[in-house]
Amino acid sequence: MPRALWTHLVKDLRIELRSLDAFVSMLFFSLLVVVLFSIAFDPHGDFSREIAGGVLSVATMFASVSALNQAWAREIRHQVIDAQRMAPTPGAELFLAKVIANFLFVSVVQVILAPFFLIFYNLHIEGQAWLLALVLPLGTWALVGNGIFFAALSIRSRNRELLLSLILFPIFIPALLAMVRATTSILTGDGDPTLWIKLLLGYDIIFTTASLLLFDVVFHAE
Amino acid sequence: MKKAAIGLYVAITVALLGWAFYQAIYVAPEEQTMHEVQRIFYYHVPSFIAAFLFFAVSFASSVCFLAFRHSRPNWAQASDAWALAGAEVGVVFCTVGLITGPLWGRRAWGIWWTWDARLTTTLVLWLIYVSYLLLRRFAAGPQVQTLAAVLGIFGALDVPIVYMSNRWWRTQHPAPVFGGGPDSGIKDPAMLHAFLWNILAWLAWGVLILALRYHVERQHQKFAAQEAQAALDDTN
Repeated sequence: MPRALWTHLVKDLRIELRSLDAFVSMLFFSLLVVVLFSIAFDPHGDFSREIAGGVLSVATMFASVSALNQAWAREIRHQVIDAQRMAPTPGAELFLAKVIANFLFVSVVQVILAPFFLIFYNLHIEGQAWLLALVLPLGTWALVGNGIFFAALSIRSRNRELLLSLILFPIFIPALLAMVRATTSILTGDGDPTLWIKLLLGYDIIFTTASLLLFDVVFHAE
Repeated sequence: MKKAAIGLYVAITVALLGWAFYQAIYVAPEEQTMHEVQRIFYYHVPSFIAAFLFFAVSFASSVCFLAFRHSRPNWAQASDAWALAGAEVGVVFCTVGLITGPLWGRRAWGIWWTWDARLTTTLVLWLIYVSYLLLRRFAAGPQVQTLAAVLGIFGALDVPIVYMSNRWWRTQHPAPVFGGGPDSGIKDPAMLHAFLWNILAWLAWGVLILALRYHVERQHQKFAAQEAQAALDDTN
């Protein structure tokens, strides 16, 4: 593993481990979304299986925005971001380290959230449950990869926290659709999620490549 | 001379719009199953053709901006102005298409809207370019051009994926009128003429607005550069 990537990753993980800022806010926020949706839609039986995939994906999406905003905003204090700009290492490594760190945070939140989710929605998985272990990480990677990239893009603007959602959500729509369709077909046992998993994989490859190539342009924009 | 040429172009465009309106409303025959409401086709499809063309202009200009931003600053500034103008005019045409679509769909399908491949793709395309314009509004300073160009490229990358994903999901929109198989294509020559006149007229109008918007943005860039220069001179 390249050294710069490792340094950034360890630093981000250590900060998060000591403060737990992103983790606690994400966990509580996604729990709120799950509770609010179940109050709003009163899920039971087949209906709860049909909407559960959508609720889980949207809850993850909204919750991760708070962590994504923090990812770069945290570096502004003490001019860390300027030091990172001047560092003679490729920006792609910094970007990848941030994505991996936030991917881990969101995944941990999902793992903790899953039991609550199964309880609140009385879920009984009809399809192949192990496929969820493929769908959720792929969807989360799509969300976090683009999110970190657009957070870096909107960091120097007015209303940056709002702007991140405004530019991330439209671009994320196809991945959200694939994530929801795949999760729903796994939960209900209807249809084949393979096509959607392939779409998620393609989306991840295309956008991660584009982000790695264009990150330096955005990070050093002047 | 230049003013005369612009005036001539404006006059021709307005005349074309009038002629295309006459063709669409009075000359083209009534369609057999949808009757009069089908005439909205002469506005709906040309709007989308123009919108996609201007989004393509915006995407190509974004790529040019990133390519030339260090080597040829003047070209880069011009590309940025084209990218902004293309996105703005494209959003306007896309909005027209998105408004005429449900009006037609309500009569032809009995519903205002459906989440089929082409409708969803177009709506997402519209959302992406609106977010592009919002970024240009919120982000301040000289880096906004670079950031906007990157977002323009990301948005364009997203469009084929959105289209494929929605095609797998569901499709209700009629098969492509052109290039959709041996039965496709407009059979009635009067309808085809009305359609082609409308495409020509609306493209001419779109190009006029695009050029005006480009010109305004270039002026804006010049004033900004002059102000920056004046501020530098003051401090010296």
